[in-house]
Amino acid sequence: MSAAAVYLDSPPPEVALAERVAADQSARRPVLLFFHSAVVWLVVGSVFGLLASLKFQFPDALTGSAALTFGRIRTVHLNAVAYGWAGMSLIGLAVWMIPRLVRAPLYRPGLAVAAAWGWNLWLVLGLGAVLAGWTDGLEWLEIPYPIDAIVVVAGGLMAISVLMTVARRKTKHFYVSVWYVLAAMVWFPIIFATANLPIFGGVEQAAVNWWYGHNALGLFITPLALAGAYYFIPKVLGRPIQSYSLSLVGFWSLAFFYSLNGIHHLIGGPLPAWLITTSITASVMMVIPVAATAVNFHTTMVGRFSALKHSPTLRFVVAGSMIYTVVSLQGSVEALRGFNRVVHFTQYTVGHAHLGVYGFASLILFGCLYFIVPRLVDWEWPSDKLIRWHFWLALAGISIYVIALCTAGWLQGRAMLDASRPFMDSVEITKPYLVARSVGGTLMLVGNAIFAWHYWLVVRRRGKERLEPAWSAPGALA
Amino acid sequence: MNKYRVIFLGAVATVLFAFFVLVFVPHLQLLSVEPPPGLRAYADSELAGRQAYVSLGCLYCHSQQVRAPSFGSDGARGWGRPSYPEDYVYDAPHQLGTMRTGPDLMNIGGRQPSRAWHYAHLYQPRAMTPGSVMPAFRFLFTVKDQAGMGDEIVDLPAGIAPPGKVVVALPRARVLVNYLLALKHDYPAGPAAAGTGGGSQ
Repeated sequence: MSAAAVYLDSPPPEVALAERVAADQSARRPVLLFFHSAVVWLVVGSVFGLLASLKFQFPDALTGSAALTFGRIRTVHLNAVAYGWAGMSLIGLAVWMIPRLVRAPLYRPGLAVAAAWGWNLWLVLGLGAVLAGWTDGLEWLEIPYPIDAIVVVAGGLMAISVLMTVARRKTKHFYVSVWYVLAAMVWFPIIFATANLPIFGGVEQAAVNWWYGHNALGLFITPLALAGAYYFIPKVLGRPIQSYSLSLVGFWSLAFFYSLNGIHHLIGGPLPAWLITTSITASVMMVIPVAATAVNFHTTMVGRFSALKHSPTLRFVVAGSMIYTVVSLQGSVEALRGFNRVVHFTQYTVGHAHLGVYGFASLILFGCLYFIVPRLVDWEWPSDKLIRWHFWLALAGISIYVIALCTAGWLQGRAMLDASRPFMDSVEITKPYLVARSVGGTLMLVGNAIFAWHYWLVVRRRGKERLEPAWSAPGALA
Repeated sequence: MNKYRVIFLGAVATVLFAFFVLVFVPHLQLLSVEPPPGLRAYADSELAGRQAYVSLGCLYCHSQQVRAPSFGSDGARGWGRPSYPEDYVYDAPHQLGTMRTGPDLMNIGGRQPSRAWHYAHLYQPRAMTPGSVMPAFRFLFTVKDQAGMGDEIVDLPAGIAPPGKVVVALPRARVLVNYLLALKHDYPAGPAAAGTGGGSQ
């Protein structure tokens, strides 16, 4: 930064307010486009997810076409929710937060708008290719690499817009959310481009595959979702985050350990033992960033939990943050050889993955959208009740889903380990839990559909004009 | 140094370090892996079958990796000897898998060498394995009044075949089964085979 730059970390309130409005205005178009797209992908992805789950109850349904076989429907589900819903809403969140946090308007919003269109084009072509049978055949990297070129360009445009905004900042201090956003913008292009190089084969490719696969969560979804939680918990409570130094510890330990986690997906596999041990160690070390973040959030919240009744944003974000702690500790335990021996190759992993992407990241994202969207469309969410339904359906759905699959996975793994039991025992034992999974999945789908409907209402500015935010009217105890 | 640079360079450094440890060093270590003498490259029709396996997403329910006896009952189930890096030199994309909704397939060709069994199982898994949750792959077959020249007829148990018709394997089913039958990793490999011309791990 040149010496001429004006830093002003604590402007007078009226200046700060005007700047926030200007920041929101500058980012309005791209952020809304990312959010609109994300909500559509959420519904599409949820429908495919439920279809995939129902395939276990009705394996003879929809068997007339290759496009409708389990292996392809599941892939569309994963990519639509991970890159479409979570990816696009997280980017929208980042593009919205950064101008506010660095107190500078978004640099060239047109770049971010183009990025959103490119990202959608990538997914439409990529998922069309998967349904038609053209795939790279690697988990989390199914979209064919020539099509991936589109998202590299789109991601690049978005990163330019965000990084240049930060370069033109008017604050000297960097809030922790900015670190996470900056880092994710650096990490994702590197891991994504590396993993897509068509030069690997055999077990080496398996290592690259899972280095990427876990980092898509650890170095993209997680840091951006945490950036949202770090922004909104203090924001809604109106008090600063408890400890600056704890957030520093959390950030750098996450950067260092999470990036080394990936190979725990191959425990027991035909790879050099030191490689797997490295990832197990790093997975256990994840306790450090997770505990740092959890303690920081908790001590910020202490004594103020009643605010959860009056702020949908806070309720969703705090629930997601608590689940972050649970799912991360579960992940550390899962990486231990003794535990992994049972649950590897079972539904347990599927339960864990959903607890992470839905219970942690998506709940936080819902909370973020409940705050941001009214400020961009200048219209409050029309219905308190729909938000409550969304919250409880999401929470009940994910709870049923995860408890059912983790139980199923444990029993399935125990059955598989016992060679005196026929393999089919490990299938039969999961069946009732897979029905429960379809029930939990249905609740999540209904919750998501309610959210999408409500989102449509608010962006169309339907319902009565409200001067107070949702859940804040007297007697509106949620 | 300002904070922007600290975060930017720090982020680059951590991810490059992870890349170095988890990707680059294994790359160097695995450069010396040679195909074992007992492992043959896939024939064209098997490769075409492998492509069908990949595109249909078999990976999401079937692994291709046998774990050591210390780490599970794979061997005791008859799934074969533990797998080693040299078993995979011809595999791209790799299909090691992370799920065993169905059994491991590293040696399915040895365990279930019957072409007729595979056709019937793909057409209706529950005809061969009661209780199976595998989806039926009806679209890999066609139903005809009469078999034509060169058709491979699927031999189905009574009650499964459409009455008065024959079920014929489409080309994609034929190559897919070629691939499944080629999945046999029963030659010596690993440390036990080292020195006898086996791999180098």
